[in-house]
Amino acid sequence: MSKTALIALIFVYLGILFLIALFAEKNKGSKLVSHPVVYALSLAVYCSAWTYYGSVGMAAKSGVEFLTIYLGPIIAAPLWIVLLKKIIQLSKVYNVSSIADFISLRYGNSRSLGAFVTLVCAASIIPYISLQLKAISETFEIVSTSTLGIEGSSVITDSTFYIALILAVFASFFGTLALDASKNKTGVMFSVAFESVLKLTFFLIVGVYVTYYVFDGTSDIYEQAELGLDLNQLSTIKGLSGGINWYFSIALSFLAIFLLPRQFQTSVVEFTNRKQLKTSIWFFPLYLLLFNVFVIFIAWGGMLILGNQANADYFTLLIPLHFGDHWLAILVFLGGLSAVISMVVVSTVALSTMLSNNLIIPYGFIKNLTRSKSFKNEKTIKNIRRLCVFSSIILAYLLYALFDPKVSLFSIGLISFLIIAQLAPSFFIGMFWNRGSALGSKAGIILGMMMIGFTYLLPFITENVLSNSQFVENGLYGVQMLKPYALFGIDLLNPVNHALYWSLLFNTGAYLVLSVIKKGNYRERNYGEMFVNSERVVELKENAYVWKGEANVEDIQNILVRFLGETKANKALRVFRKRYQVNPEEKLADARFINFSERLLTGAVGSASAKILISNVAKEKPVSLVEVLKILEENKETISVNKSLEEQSQKLIKLTSELKSANDELKIQDQLKDDFLDTVAHELKTPITSIKASSEVLTEAEDMPFELRQKFLNNIIQDTERLNVLINDILDLEKMASGRDVLNLKLQALDRCIEDAINGISSIAKRKNVDVRFQSKTQIQTEFDYSKMLQVFTNLLSNSLKFVSENDGKIKVFLEENSEGISFKIRDNGKGIPEEELDLIFKKFYQSKNQTFKKPLGSGFGLAICKQIVQMHGGEIFANSNLEKGAELIIKLPKRNA
Amino acid sequence: MKKILLVDDEPNIIMALEYTLRKNDYEIFIARDGEEAVALAEKLVPDLVILDIMMPKVDGYEVLEHLREHNSLKESTQTIIISAKQKQSDVQKALSLGAKAYIKKPFSMKKLLNTVSELLIHNP
Repeated sequence: MSKTALIALIFVYLGILFLIALFAEKNKGSKLVSHPVVYALSLAVYCSAWTYYGSVGMAAKSGVEFLTIYLGPIIAAPLWIVLLKKIIQLSKVYNVSSIADFISLRYGNSRSLGAFVTLVCAASIIPYISLQLKAISETFEIVSTSTLGIEGSSVITDSTFYIALILAVFASFFGTLALDASKNKTGVMFSVAFESVLKLTFFLIVGVYVTYYVFDGTSDIYEQAELGLDLNQLSTIKGLSGGINWYFSIALSFLAIFLLPRQFQTSVVEFTNRKQLKTSIWFFPLYLLLFNVFVIFIAWGGMLILGNQANADYFTLLIPLHFGDHWLAILVFLGGLSAVISMVVVSTVALSTMLSNNLIIPYGFIKNLTRSKSFKNEKTIKNIRRLCVFSSIILAYLLYALFDPKVSLFSIGLISFLIIAQLAPSFFIGMFWNRGSALGSKAGIILGMMMIGFTYLLPFITENVLSNSQFVENGLYGVQMLKPYALFGIDLLNPVNHALYWSLLFNTGAYLVLSVIKKGNYRERNYGEMFVNSERVVELKENAYVWKGEANVEDIQNILVRFLGETKANKALRVFRKRYQVNPEEKLADARFINFSERLLTGAVGSASAKILISNVAKEKPVSLVEVLKILEENKETISVNKSLEEQSQKLIKLTSELKSANDELKIQDQLKDDFLDTVAHELKTPITSIKASSEVLTEAEDMPFELRQKFLNNIIQDTERLNVLINDILDLEKMASGRDVLNLKLQALDRCIEDAINGISSIAKRKNVDVRFQSKTQIQTEFDYSKMLQVFTNLLSNSLKFVSENDGKIKVFLEENSEGISFKIRDNGKGIPEEELDLIFKKFYQSKNQTFKKPLGSGFGLAICKQIVQMHGGEIFANSNLEKGAELIIKLPKRNA
Repeated sequence: MKKILLVDDEPNIIMALEYTLRKNDYEIFIARDGEEAVALAEKLVPDLVILDIMMPKVDGYEVLEHLREHNSLKESTQTIIISAKQKQSDVQKALSLGAKAYIKKPFSMKKLLNTVSELLIHNP
């Protein structure tokens, strides 16, 4: 493929990316764009050209060691997610927009530390971008000329420069679209996710191509490799030193997944919801695993086909080209381009944010910015960021131009990792140790960087650039102990891990020792406390801010207007006042307002600058650690108060439901009572009606025969008696129900009482022709109230009489005594009790619908009174539900014969 | 002589009513419950039924329905309800089922007689 055509293809491809990014910006809320997988895929920005090309090269040179870079994140995925949660929480609370912000904030918003971290990040990112450009340029050359990339044949071409330029424009346009650096860059992230899909797909295609098309599957490659290659050297971990190297390499990649600015950008700054983490915990490791499936086979295949002369980094291109499959080489090239673009864009966006917020604005532009108008500020800040993106890519290009082409992708990538790992002690220990100080952090980073310089960069340059091996072989000034790759005689480790070991050792040591020796200032300690107790801080939000001093709302408002614009600033103020119900007339700013403003400004200009801006208009007084602790403690109390409130409300909910059911019960009772009152009214009115009618008849009829007159008078007397009984019943039940009635207990025969009751109803039974039988084997003596139990038995008997039919009605009564007590049963062959009424019949006011006989005393009290009396005797009464015909009522009484 | 059917399960009330109405020259028949009332009404086709509501087996409402459905009774027989039921809804129900008057218990004998004669004169 000609160079022009390839350039055109690149333009088309970039155009597509532009469109995709634009599409995502326009459809921010859509399901596709906000899907958690997009977030997980954007994390795969981890896999840059270094992965895409470099791991094959590494596998060809040193075997399975390439895996360490991916095993770190895979093994640590669960831990990574846990730590990430804390980092994200803190970052969201404080509007953190970069790792430099994060670290500087932890150490009391230290301006100089932020600048330091920014420089470290730049030192890590720019060579890394150079490496990406190198990869692009070389692959461009290979694909466009179809020459086999013999090592050392790389040429710096104009096309590389143009590619760098295009990248710079793409990144600066999209990455800096929004001024608030902590705001999400949806467009960029979506295109990154898209590129992650592309690079994996194309890499898998070439993997399948090599393994199954060029060779006959994995075992074929293995068998051939067994004959043609030194497999032992390529597929094992080499002894103790190999093991230790593995360990360090894995640790290194683990640190990198947190600390690389592009990872911080994608995983923390672009984080929006919890689902994203849930998805990433399995998706991201899976992605890395897939990426590494074919690496070994491509490397072995390449070595078998192309020999040791070819540049192993580009086997994925060279193998298809070798077999004349240009289309595949182009696909692979596009995959590599995707890897490069996503890495470069995200890295430079992150770097530009840091450079502008932590270096350029706080150290140079802040004064200009505070003086100028708001719209100008926005523009200036944006331009600064664009310039940063642009210039860092150009700087990387220049660095690339100076590179020795012999240096492999993998070793440049490792430098990047090594440098960024220097942030680890300040970053990780600081999150869990409140004592860590800015001084310790700075000293540690500087010492670590110096160690890298000595143990890695310096020998790297003397060997590869100056081609002078004296320094490496004999050490500094010929001192053996100062051999850069075997400092103090430790030569177990490969150069990278060796450098990692020493740099981190010195770094951590300095950090710990200085932090212990010299306490940080109050700001550092306060923020230390906040970061360690992040859980509580998250709940406190603005209240978590410890600030004492004097400031005018108006002054701060002016700053906000200047940096956010009139509308945004006013909107933010309204939100603040509403949230905390602050009086708009309030002239003095409190800690919450200071914090709120600082967070807003942090999003715009970074934490260090925000602090400077605020401190310009506010007189701050030191805050003691005691006060910080008190605030955190207060929050703890709030939490426990909240908890007990929650419990209370749970109790209330329970109580409410209890009340509700009680109320329902009452409603039923009320209904029953209504029904009862109706019944009572009816029952009372019937005799009254009769009395009234009879009396009227008597007053009118003077000529009435004596016997008839007598009969009417008798009716009146009868009905009066009936009224009397009814009223007594009502009073009886009321008395028993309220517990005012006392039993007149005597030891006597229960069967006699039953016989009396049967005698009492015998005349009615005879009239109805109902057969009543009582069987009792023995006399049963127990303590009971005779008249009350007589009432019970009479009641039950007349109930039965009511329900049996005339002429063939049968009522049987049983009385037994056993170990459990006395049981009385009355069974009839009447209509029986409908199942749904079994429990209801004992309720007050209840009248069955099955009556066949107009009751003599149908007040609806009968069974309710029985139940009361039986319960007063310590017994129970219930209806037998297992009957086919008729009804059976059972009374169980405890035997009492004291 | 107009035929009147008395329906109530309270013998004492029936007795007083029977005596008074007989004295006022009406022919009186008596039923003790709803079932009996329907059977007698169909057989006798009375001019008037004086009907209680709360009765065992078949209540007054059902009797009213029967009377209304029965062709020969529908036009010739009128009904007066006498009941202890006090609620307006009960009165409405009885009237909607075709009762011509509703007299609450305890009733005044004079008022009942007036209602009876009024109904029977206007509807000879």
